[in-house]
Amino acid sequence: MSAFDPTDPAAPPAADPGPGPADARAAGPGDSGGTGADSGGRVLSVPEMGLVVLIGVSGSGKSTFAARHFRPTQVVSSDFCRGLVSDDENDQSATGDAFELLHHIVGTRLRRGLLTVVDATNVQQRARAELVRIAKKHDVIATAIVLDVSESVARERNASRPDRDFGRHVIPRQHRELRRGVGKLNKEGFRRVHVLDGPAEIDSATVALERGWSDKRHLTGPFDIVGDVHGCRAELEELLSSLGYAIARDDQGRAVGAHHPEGRTAVFVGDLVDRGPDTPGVLRLVMGMVGADDALCVAGNHEDKLVRALKGRKAQARHGLAETLEQLGAESEEFRARVRAFCDGLLSHYVLDEGRLVVAHAGLKEEYHGRASGRVRSFALYGETTGETDEFGLPVRLPWAREYRGSAAVVYGHVPTPEPEWINNTICLDTGCVFGGRLTALRYPERELTAVAARRVHYEPVRPFPASGGGDGERSGASGDGRGAALIGIGDVLPDGPVGRIQTGFGTVSVPRENALAALEVMSRFAVDPRWLLYLPPTMPPAPTAADPGVLERPDEAFGSYLDQGIGRVICQEKHMGSRAVAVVCRDSAAAERRFVPGAEGAVFTRTGRAFFPDPQVEAAVLAELRAGITAAGLWERFGTDWIAFDGEMLPWSAKAEGLIREQYASVGAAARAALPAARQVLEAAAERGLDVADLAERTERRDRDIEAFSAVYRGYAWPTDGAAGLRYAPFQVLAAEGREFSAEDHLWHMGVAESLAEHCPMVLVTRHRTVDTTDPEATAAAAAWWRDLVAEGGEGMVVKPVGGPRATGARGLAQPGLKVRGPEYLRIIYGPDYLAPDRLATLRDRRLGRKRRMALNEHRLGLEALARHASGEPLWRVHQPVFGVLALESEAVDPRL
Amino acid sequence: MLLTITTTREPATDLGFLLHKHPDRVQRFTQSYGTAHVFYPEAVPERCTAALLLEVDPQELLRTRKPGSGAADFSLAQYVNDRPYAASSLFAVALGDVFRTALRGRSQARPDLAAQPLPLRLSLPAVPCRGGPDQARRLFEPLGWAVDAKPVALDPGLPDWGDSRYIGLTLTGEVRVADALSHLYVLLPVLDGTKHYWVGPDEIDKLLRAGESWLPGHPERTWITRRYLARRGRLVRTAISRLSELDDLSAADPADSADTAAVATEPGEEEPPPVESAAAGQGGADAGAGAGTGGEAGEYEPSLAARRAGAVLSVLKAEGARSVLDLGCGSGKLLERLLADPAFERIAGADVSAATLEHALRRLRHDRLPERDQRRLEVFTASALYGDPRFRGYDAAVLMEVIEHIDPPRLPAAAQVVFGDTAPRTVVVTTPNAEYNARYEWLPEDSFRHTDHRFEWTRAEFRAWAEGVAAAYGYRVRYLPVGPEDPHCGASTQMGVFTR
Repeated sequence: MSAFDPTDPAAPPAADPGPGPADARAAGPGDSGGTGADSGGRVLSVPEMGLVVLIGVSGSGKSTFAARHFRPTQVVSSDFCRGLVSDDENDQSATGDAFELLHHIVGTRLRRGLLTVVDATNVQQRARAELVRIAKKHDVIATAIVLDVSESVARERNASRPDRDFGRHVIPRQHRELRRGVGKLNKEGFRRVHVLDGPAEIDSATVALERGWSDKRHLTGPFDIVGDVHGCRAELEELLSSLGYAIARDDQGRAVGAHHPEGRTAVFVGDLVDRGPDTPGVLRLVMGMVGADDALCVAGNHEDKLVRALKGRKAQARHGLAETLEQLGAESEEFRARVRAFCDGLLSHYVLDEGRLVVAHAGLKEEYHGRASGRVRSFALYGETTGETDEFGLPVRLPWAREYRGSAAVVYGHVPTPEPEWINNTICLDTGCVFGGRLTALRYPERELTAVAARRVHYEPVRPFPASGGGDGERSGASGDGRGAALIGIGDVLPDGPVGRIQTGFGTVSVPRENALAALEVMSRFAVDPRWLLYLPPTMPPAPTAADPGVLERPDEAFGSYLDQGIGRVICQEKHMGSRAVAVVCRDSAAAERRFVPGAEGAVFTRTGRAFFPDPQVEAAVLAELRAGITAAGLWERFGTDWIAFDGEMLPWSAKAEGLIREQYASVGAAARAALPAARQVLEAAAERGLDVADLAERTERRDRDIEAFSAVYRGYAWPTDGAAGLRYAPFQVLAAEGREFSAEDHLWHMGVAESLAEHCPMVLVTRHRTVDTTDPEATAAAAAWWRDLVAEGGEGMVVKPVGGPRATGARGLAQPGLKVRGPEYLRIIYGPDYLAPDRLATLRDRRLGRKRRMALNEHRLGLEALARHASGEPLWRVHQPVFGVLALESEAVDPRL
Repeated sequence: MLLTITTTREPATDLGFLLHKHPDRVQRFTQSYGTAHVFYPEAVPERCTAALLLEVDPQELLRTRKPGSGAADFSLAQYVNDRPYAASSLFAVALGDVFRTALRGRSQARPDLAAQPLPLRLSLPAVPCRGGPDQARRLFEPLGWAVDAKPVALDPGLPDWGDSRYIGLTLTGEVRVADALSHLYVLLPVLDGTKHYWVGPDEIDKLLRAGESWLPGHPERTWITRRYLARRGRLVRTAISRLSELDDLSAADPADSADTAAVATEPGEEEPPPVESAAAGQGGADAGAGAGTGGEAGEYEPSLAARRAGAVLSVLKAEGARSVLDLGCGSGKLLERLLADPAFERIAGADVSAATLEHALRRLRHDRLPERDQRRLEVFTASALYGDPRFRGYDAAVLMEVIEHIDPPRLPAAAQVVFGDTAPRTVVVTTPNAEYNARYEWLPEDSFRHTDHRFEWTRAEFRAWAEGVAAAYGYRVRYLPVGPEDPHCGASTQMGVFTR
């Protein structure tokens, strides 16, 4: 228990006894609890998130006390740390290192919001100061618990422990130090101090954990959060009425409260006062609501200043404070006292609804949620500024909202903004009512905005309103079309450690850092604006290798695979041979600006997120055709949306892959067509000379036949296009529209939408399909015959999917969204022109599908998660994270022939 | 897959002695990737033809391939490729193996014949040659061949698609058999452009040994060397300087140093002129590979990159920057200069390509830097399009030849990250001046200096962008010309210095 070198020569002489323990005991509000019923001892209140510093001489019983009242993991002892760094709990030479470690552990725990108890003598002010500093650094309250025992008790206890063989002078010196410091603990920064006098009191005391004041997680609403009122009483009454509150009035007709019949709670973001015409009226109403538990209110910077003024402290009567003081001057002294007490008691912020909602006047970064310190309060009331000022002399605010990554929604006010806008799960509700804007409320959890217009301009703003917004507190001009993209940070996509984990609705998906690095390059260099990327399609594995030794793939194994998972109904869809294309079609540029990217009307991108069409004019033409089709098919109305996203295949293959066909496939054909006939010729001549080249000649002839079959495959997927003319788009999934996504719909529904679109849009190609009962051999045989017909006419093959749709589940959870069954001729361009030669095929049949299947399923999980996040209006970084994950997983090396 | 060698020098069947292959036998030679057959479709005293036919086993081909080698632009290329049909580098290897003795010009039976030029006709039905018939002529005509090169149509089923990259090649001339074989052995891989196995240092020796007698005097010497060695920069420099010595030239011959620089240039930097498409190195799966220009190095300023780095350095010092973030540091040329100057206390290099960064660390010999310099330098993978706290805390940020690699719609995001979120006191941006492109004769009109450039701006366009950014984020900007200057077009590189 000896914390510091007992031979420390710097020990100061005995000081005056200072204020007695009784003074200190009175300091903490927790002591009001009095005695506990069970033990009859004192009840020590301790914040459930914070630092507890035990103070007592060696032998005062700190470790015993800690073990009795706290969990072992909550207690960090200097002896333990000394043991960790030296293998000897009493090695005094290790004290420096031991405390460095102790401080690190304490800091880490506090950062993570864990109650932490320091078990060391802590009799020296220096030692305590460091701990208080760490508590402040993590914005938590430090509590001191002093265990005060007499020197004789301590000496006796130490004597019974052979490892405590330090000198006789140590205990008295520690005792002196303790006496000297104990009265000043409040001043040192301990917000609560409990002094336990003697073994009896120590043994009988109990610890009561207490929630932080701002912690109102148990209040789950529903809430109506109201933006900056600034003395606009009439507008506030109108807003509350429109929200359904019944306003209570006193005999003079003044609003003194408001109650919602459904028990909703109003939450005021602060700045009730100043500038406006009736600050007292607003206060009377809000104080009444808060008093009746109809409302909560956090402090705004204007309340803070008002309190100072009311307390008679120096405060510049600017920014409307003068008006307030004048208006309050007409009120009674009693009212002013109530106002002063009310405003003085307002907290910096509240954490509500199980931690899902935080309300603070100027917003609050995640590290500060539920914390208590001067800087937390300052941030919550005033925001964080760069120290610079803009052209209007107003402070330039740091864009905390843009970097906010917390899961709690943060609702705030403070900065007048023309249009409230969700930015990374934060929203500013100050719509400048007092400047002639509107008074806005957010209905929570509905997340609906309600606003009433200002009756007039009550106060002229310094900066023109609403011309320059900057709703998220950015400096003016920094917004614009780059803002959305810049909302994504490197930490959102690149894990710190070797593996990143993305939570999805179907379990966690791991993304190795090196894959994320590959995706970072591709995403940065080639992808379209991430605001378009609401989804990237997963890769698709082939059906298990056919039992028939003469082919690689056939339908039976795909059916069997789903049957094994307990999926009895599947859909077979013709597999179009083109290029995968996700199309986001906006009804107009306003829709694009609101939901995606300004200055565009949609986007078509590839499976890696690149622009499908390098030429923007072709893209625009394609989008225009699809848009016209959607309009004609009435899909805007049907889905109540002004944009729709499809996943599908763009044909012909040559439109995108002409270079590939030329370089990779047609070239092989060209070389073969030049070389093989020449080879046959010389072999014929050699044979005529009587040389034995019969085998070689036969093989060469077979190659010649194979190459023709090979060329026939890619030729079928090439036809000329001119701009958008000649292109066909075959959508097979309706991904999303405003506020919803369609992954829960079954595939017949998706096919139905595609068909109705095709009726009205010549560019859209229907996908032939049929449903199959996998338990019915006749049905599967018929489907296999259907597949043979498809591939016989040159088709690539088909895709087998659970008919239930993308979210279909089987015996092992989320099912593979699809298995492809490719035709034997098509596979020539994958496995080589002569892959059907029996010896070749025998080798090729040995293929490993497990990795590809796992990849496909993980990418599918991420894709569904991206759609879900996008549909629920989550911030861009949240949508981008799983989309980026798909690309990262795609960078994994896997047999490209699968 | 097929080569025929015909001679009409009587008795023509003596060809068998020179090739060490009997005209009446069919011989098989097992190669690591298949089987080579040699037989004679005709063998009469007036005329004798030897045929080398190579059967490639795709499975064997895969087995011999080391991971990471070969063309990375299309992974399926490992499985579907022209190797079984074309006279590729693979074929050259078979040739070198099957006719090893003949290549050395030795013949015990007919030593005189081996030493003298014979009327020969070499025929290859499918030779990969992107440069077309002209390219073949440029390579073989200086060696004394009459060249008959015919382009092969791409596909009779796709008549509008034009010719393939293959030519049917017939060479006729009076040439020693050994020389004829060595011409093919060296030049087939050169025409092919894709080596089938990893290029190691012993490749230089192979090349030099085979081309000893004729390569030093060949006008296309440097191009041949570079292609043969599959653009392995460091190796090429060695080979080129050694070749220069063979040719009695100093290694610092100006004509050669230009090419050396060309090879050493990384993808991601624009000059000097791309000898062939650099798109392959860009790792894009569906990147439209630009066709190779095949042109020779034209006029360009070899020290432009160095001058640009120097100009950036001067500006940084003038601005009093002591810590610098080089965003898009590439292979670390600027980092190297910054490290060399003790005025810069903290240097960070960030690039979006992890592979490029590794290359930069190797180039800077990071592991061997003195500890002090290692502490000064930090290198990390990052993107200018993703907000990054690691960017903060530097006096200056440099975007040297970076913005032109960013798609224009994403430039605002990059500006937000650099000028808005990072907001260092000084930002230095350089980018090509499109007007100056007119001075680059090697550059086809309306094309960019590098295939990965998404735009190249005129001075007015750059200024418009810079003024917009400066106004939005509270910077002042001034402009400096960098590199050679032209009274009408301005300087080759334009630089904007943003300060606040």
